[in-house]
Amino acid sequence: MMTLNLPYIAVIGLILVGLIAVVFKRNLIKIVIGITIIESGVNLFLITLGYREGSVAPIYSNSPGGLMSLPVPQALTLTSIVIGVAVLALMISFIVHIYRHYNTLDASKIRGDEE
Amino acid sequence: MSGMSKIVKTIASITFPFVMIYGLYIIAHGHLTPGGGFQGGAIVASGAAMILVAYGSIWTMGKVKEKYLSVLESTGAIVFIGTAIFGLLFAGIFFNNFLFDGNIIFNIVPEKGSTVGILNSAGTLPIMNFAVGLKVIAGLFVIVLVMAYATTKRGGGKK
Amino acid sequence: MKMSKRNFAAVIFFTIVAVFLFFTALLMHPFGDFDENEPEMDQRIIDNSQTETGANNAVTGVVFDYRGFDTLGEATVLFTAVAGVILVFRRLKK
Repeated sequence: MMTLNLPYIAVIGLILVGLIAVVFKRNLIKIVIGITIIESGVNLFLITLGYREGSVAPIYSNSPGGLMSLPVPQALTLTSIVIGVAVLALMISFIVHIYRHYNTLDASKIRGDEE
Repeated sequence: MSGMSKIVKTIASITFPFVMIYGLYIIAHGHLTPGGGFQGGAIVASGAAMILVAYGSIWTMGKVKEKYLSVLESTGAIVFIGTAIFGLLFAGIFFNNFLFDGNIIFNIVPEKGSTVGILNSAGTLPIMNFAVGLKVIAGLFVIVLVMAYATTKRGGGKK
Repeated sequence: MKMSKRNFAAVIFFTIVAVFLFFTALLMHPFGDFDENEPEMDQRIIDNSQTETGANNAVTGVVFDYRGFDTLGEATVLFTAVAGVILVFRRLKK
């Protein structure tokens, strides 16, 4: 009964690994990698919502007939992947700019925690 | 960053045309097989990044200046928006598929069911595929090139 | 070991989110089960995609014809990201 929900367990595993990297690490680059892992988990969740039992890809060229998967979640996932790439490029360029000013990559020193 | 040894430069020069042909094939057949503008553009940009790593960023920036890539990306955006506005002029609906079922180009309608695809079909879709593919190639290549050039001594870094 | 208050609050937040997500996974509908609610919009797109757009690929027909406005917004986001990256790494010539 529970092994039928295996894609949803994989999505939750990805999101939790990304969340550990964002919350518990202090290096700025590791935080950015955690954000990218969370984004991959969300894209996987969007694709697994559109599957029907025993269906093929929604393409008519040389297709064996029968039931077809839903094409609209796949189109939304395409847009989401491109937006993830754009956000990652901007985050990395801001990290390079911060390093030139503060000369360190530690998030707690940049924030100014007293310790 | 400086380039790599002679063997790496030769193999990268031999492999790059095959990667480019494969990426353009996936862009051009976007309405028949899985793929389209975004996926094919990412493949060609990966091949260009391989050339950047093999030859070094100073040589690549000398060969390909930055403003030509910006012109290429803006051309892709203008063609995409122009096709959408032409649909507004012809039938009063934004993004209308005005070449479908007409008699200029791209106008063969496929029959229903599982067929072998015809390249000359589907209206304005191949034009928009090419525009988006050009935009993605230029955009991703400019991001990688500018970040690699900014860390050398001539580009303004400290190394 | 968890000395500062910030680390303690982080652990509590993480356990709350993990328990919440885990119970959501057990309550989702089974993977690939679509008998009760028939998808009407996607069934119409699959049936009429060859005669209304002329493309054999239903996903390309959705991306560029049925929902072309989302693709326009995505092209704008890509252009803004490239403009932002070039702006950060610019060197003013003296």
